[in-house]
Amino acid sequence: MRVLGIESSCDETAVAIISDSDGLLANKLYSQIELHSPYGGVVPELASRDHIRKLGPLVKEALHDANLELAKDIDAIAYTSGPGLMGALMVGAGFARSLAWSINKPAISIHHMEAHLLAPLIESISPEFPYVALLVSGGHTLLVKIDAIGSYRILGESIDDAVGEAFDKTAQLLGLPYPGGPQIQQLAKHGNAKRFNFPRPMTDRPGLDFSFSGLKTHVLNTLKELQGNQQHSIDEQTRADVACAFEDAVVDTLRIKSVRALEQSNAETLVVAGGVGANKKLRQQLKEKLAKKGMEVFYPAPEFCTDNAAMVAQLGLLHLQNIAQGENPQGLQIKVRPRWSLESI
Amino acid sequence: MKLLAIETATESCSAALLDNNEIFSINEVAPRRHNEIILSMCEQVLAQGQTSLSQLDAIAFGRGPGAFTGVRLAASVTQGIALGQDLPVVPVSSLAALAQSAFESVQATQVLSCIDARMQEVYIGQYKFNVHKIMELVGEEKVTPPNMVNEEVNDKCYGVGSGWKTYARVLQETMGKKLSYDEELYPQAEHVAKLANVYFQQDNSVSAVEALPVYLRDNVAKKPKNKMVF
Repeated sequence: MRVLGIESSCDETAVAIISDSDGLLANKLYSQIELHSPYGGVVPELASRDHIRKLGPLVKEALHDANLELAKDIDAIAYTSGPGLMGALMVGAGFARSLAWSINKPAISIHHMEAHLLAPLIESISPEFPYVALLVSGGHTLLVKIDAIGSYRILGESIDDAVGEAFDKTAQLLGLPYPGGPQIQQLAKHGNAKRFNFPRPMTDRPGLDFSFSGLKTHVLNTLKELQGNQQHSIDEQTRADVACAFEDAVVDTLRIKSVRALEQSNAETLVVAGGVGANKKLRQQLKEKLAKKGMEVFYPAPEFCTDNAAMVAQLGLLHLQNIAQGENPQGLQIKVRPRWSLESI
Repeated sequence: MKLLAIETATESCSAALLDNNEIFSINEVAPRRHNEIILSMCEQVLAQGQTSLSQLDAIAFGRGPGAFTGVRLAASVTQGIALGQDLPVVPVSSLAALAQSAFESVQATQVLSCIDARMQEVYIGQYKFNVHKIMELVGEEKVTPPNMVNEEVNDKCYGVGSGWKTYARVLQETMGKKLSYDEELYPQAEHVAKLANVYFQQDNSVSAVEALPVYLRDNVAKKPKNKMVF
C-alpha cells in the first residue's frame, strides 16, 4: 500500500509518498518563508497563491523520486483538511480530492495536529504509548496526552499568542527579520543571562495552559525603559541580553509545564514537535531535567518536526487500513476545517 | 473531441462536457458552496454524456479573473484531474466565457464583460465575435475603478456581468454611451468549453501543473509600516 500525502495548511507546500512495507519513498517541501518575510508574518492570500503554483510540481518531483506512477502505484491520497488557513487548505483539498477522484482511489482527510502528534511513528525508533507531546510552533502551543492512535487529550494550550508568534513579535521589536526563533537564538548566545529576569508566565499557579502575550509586552516595556534612559538607540549587548532573558523565560516556562504534564498524566516520555522544538536551549534543558526524573524526551528528526507531508501520508496510511475497498469516506465534497478541535476527532 | 470544463470564478458554479457538437452542462448559483458541489457536477455531466474520464482529450477551466478562492478552486481541481489522467489543460478567461454567454443569450457580437471585483473595482474586458464563432479579446483585460474605465465602445456593444449590477450608471456615464446590458449573466462552463474547443484546435493548451489562476489584482498585501523597533 502506498499513500501520497499533501500538506498546505499554512506556509509550507509539501508532498510525500509512504509505503507500508518500504517506509518513506519521497518527501518534498517548499517553504514560503522568504515570501512572507517582508510582511513580518504569513499573509494568507499570498500563501494560497504560492501553494497553487508549487503543489503540482512537487507532486511530479515526489513521483519521480520514488519512481512511481500515480494511477498505477498510488493507493490513496491523504491531505490536510484542517486546522489552518482557509484558502491555503482549500488549495490542497481541491487538488487532493480531485486527484483521488481522477485515479479512482480514496481521498483521506487528515487533521494537521494529529499528524504532528504521530509524526514520531514515521521513524524506525519511535516512542511507545502513552506519551505526552509538546507541540510548539508559530501557530500552536499545546500539551497533549496520547494514549493510543485516535485517543488524544489536550492537557494545556496557549490562551493567547502561540510561542512561535511570541518569538516573531519579540524579534520584530529587536529589529530582527521573520521568522524570529532562529534569529533570537543567535542573538541570545552573546547575551548576559543575569542582567534581566523576565517572568515565567502562569508557572506560579497550577494548570498546564500557557500565555505568551504578557511576556512580549514585558519585552516592549523593558526596551522602552532602556531607551528612555539612554536617549539613543539600544546597544548590541543590551539587545543580546534582552533576547537571552526572553529565550530563557520561554524555555523555562515550556520545561516547567512539560514536566508538570508528565507527572500529572503518569507518562514517562515527552515528544517535542513543531518549529520551536528546534531551539537548542529548550532541547538541552528538557534533556537534562527529564533525565534527572528518570523520564525521556524524544525529538522527531527536524524534517518531521516542522510542517511536512510525510506525517500526513503516514497518518493516511494508518486510516487507509480502516477504509473498505471502493469506499470514499469524504464523498465527492471538497471540505476544509480551518478550526477543528483535536479532541473532536 | 471530448472535453470537460469547469467554471467557479463567480457566484455560479458549473461543469460541462463537450462531445464534438454536443454539450452537456449543469450550473447552479451557489455562493461559497462551489467546493461542495463541483466534483459531483463533473460526475453528472460525464454520466449524461456516457463518458469516462479516460476518454477525455482535455480539461478546460475558467482561469479568472473573479473571486480569488473560486478561481483557485477551479485551478486546483483542474490540476488534480489532469495530473491523474495525464490530460492537457486549456485555460479560458472567465471574462471571455462571460462574453460568450452574451452571444448565446442575445446573439451579441460586441460585448463589454464586467465582473464586480469588490473594493470599488471591476474586472473588465471588451470582446468581439470572430470567424471561429467565439468571442475574442479586444485590447486587454483589466482591474480598474468603474469610473476609470476607458474602453472605446460603439452603441451596439452589449454589457454583461455582475459589474453592471453594481455600477451600470457609473460605467455608462464614464464611457458616454447608454449601452444595453444584462447583469444576471454569469460565465458558465458550457461557454468555457466552447472557447476551449477552439483554443485546443489552435494548440493553445498547457500541462496540468501550468493550470494557474489569473487574478489581475496583484496588490493584495501591504508591508508593515511604523512598527516600533528599538
